[in-house]
Amino acid sequence: MEDKIAIPQNGNQFDISALNLYYGNFHALKQIDMKIEKNKITALIGPSGCGKSTFLKTLNRMNDLVENVRIEGTIRMDGRDIYRDMDSIELRHRVGMVFQQPNPFPKSVYDNVAYGPRIHGIRRKHQLDEIVERSLRQAAIWDELKDRLHKSAMGLSGGQQQRLCIARTLAVEPDIILMDEPTSALDPISTSKIEDLALELKKNYTIIIVTHNMQQAVRVSDDTAFFLLGEVVEKGNTEKLFSLPSDSRTEDYITGRFG
Amino acid sequence: MKQKVRRSQRVDRGMTFVFYAVAFFFFALLFAFASKVILGGLAGATPEMFGFLRKGSIGNQLFNTVYLVFLSLLFSVPIGVSAGIYLAMYAKQGKATRFLCLCIETLSSLPSIVVGLFGYLVFLVFFGMGKSLMAGALSVSILTLPLITKTTEDAIKDLPPGYFQASMGVGATKWQSVFHVLLPACVPRIMTGVILAAGRGFGEAAALLYTTGSGSDLRWGNWDITSPTCPFNPFRPAETLSIQIWNLQTNGQDRDLANLASAVLMILVLVFSIAANALSRRISRKNSGEKS
Repeated sequence: MEDKIAIPQNGNQFDISALNLYYGNFHALKQIDMKIEKNKITALIGPSGCGKSTFLKTLNRMNDLVENVRIEGTIRMDGRDIYRDMDSIELRHRVGMVFQQPNPFPKSVYDNVAYGPRIHGIRRKHQLDEIVERSLRQAAIWDELKDRLHKSAMGLSGGQQQRLCIARTLAVEPDIILMDEPTSALDPISTSKIEDLALELKKNYTIIIVTHNMQQAVRVSDDTAFFLLGEVVEKGNTEKLFSLPSDSRTEDYITGRFG
Repeated sequence: MKQKVRRSQRVDRGMTFVFYAVAFFFFALLFAFASKVILGGLAGATPEMFGFLRKGSIGNQLFNTVYLVFLSLLFSVPIGVSAGIYLAMYAKQGKATRFLCLCIETLSSLPSIVVGLFGYLVFLVFFGMGKSLMAGALSVSILTLPLITKTTEDAIKDLPPGYFQASMGVGATKWQSVFHVLLPACVPRIMTGVILAAGRGFGEAAALLYTTGSGSDLRWGNWDITSPTCPFNPFRPAETLSIQIWNLQTNGQDRDLANLASAVLMILVLVFSIAANALSRRISRKNSGEKS
């Protein structure tokens, strides 16, 4: 709780400066400076291999799991350096992640959602029941799943699985949700459900979403950052970035001249 | 052109036939073998052979066999599963790990008679255990350890990487992820490894020749665990079914009893595989399917 009191009131959730990341000898992220605002949706766009997913994973230190990664620079979350002042477990408790492929555990719907809270020490059944219901409601999937809470999550459709994964992330009450191309494996109807959900969730959460789909960035995000070859070419208000890009490379990309 | 297509189709039909024939051959082989052993064994059986006598029956040997396999799994499952987890999740790729894998592979192809001699030297001579169930069980553990290790390692490595990422993503530690997500997802495959390991234990004779001795004098109802006639004393000499077959056949004593012991051993292995398979299928259905 004490870190909540110490939040500087500048409205920035993340303050990233001079971030460099290397996979062995490969310089994957180059000198990135960025501020990410609270309660907004920030979209990260760019061609494949430009570093947007890598960047996303530095924010909850998922890159720590990969061997041979070296990171320089600082990322501050609410003023605290996430690589020096924080434990990765504590960080991931506050920065949840939704992955490209829906990845429910081979457990029941209930056990999937209750997994995070249980890991963090909540054991009482009525408390878990409450968390499971609340998280599934927040993920707009309670009505579909309330009668099959104790059936395996592997039997759900792809779109349902992805919303279940969002519920699983919400169950540990993070402040920030990272989404790594969350709809790229889904059909258009499931995609629009996830997008509506993201818009609903930004009231309470800061969301950062990697997407290949530029219409999606326009539809859901407040801010957009354009990545190219490990650099941030441009970042700013989504509407402005897509209508009046200030860099010619951004314009080339969003008008489909490459990428 | 037309001829070429027709020829491909002929080859296709031919190969289909070949594969069906091979499958049928295996089925026929198993069926012929099992029915010969089981029918031949039961044909010469007398009622007292099924008893728990000191001599001339197979009851005690059957119990010894099951108890020995149980004891050996008690060692090989925890150690093998831990080693598999280590190799899949913790070992860094490098020379040391490759060497370790090589050691495990070598261990898995050791002749069981060599393992038996090794068990004799280590457990009997060095630790002074005396011929006992425990010494035999430990020798069988050495034989089956690589199998369980390898099955566990492969099972974990073949899981979708998303399970581990998702678990780490909600703030679990590596151990929590392994214990609560990866391992439960692997249970059906690890079970398969355990079935194979147990099957090997049931039939093992060479590794037990020097290690378990030939005790078959059990007093049912003797609960003094330190007594050599107490069935549950793991440090007593014990004759298993396979050793009994070997003893009877080499001494040319009671052929009918040896045949019955073979039949019972065969049935034991079959029943165990079928039961374990059914259990493992039930677990995997519970994990992945519609049924709760």
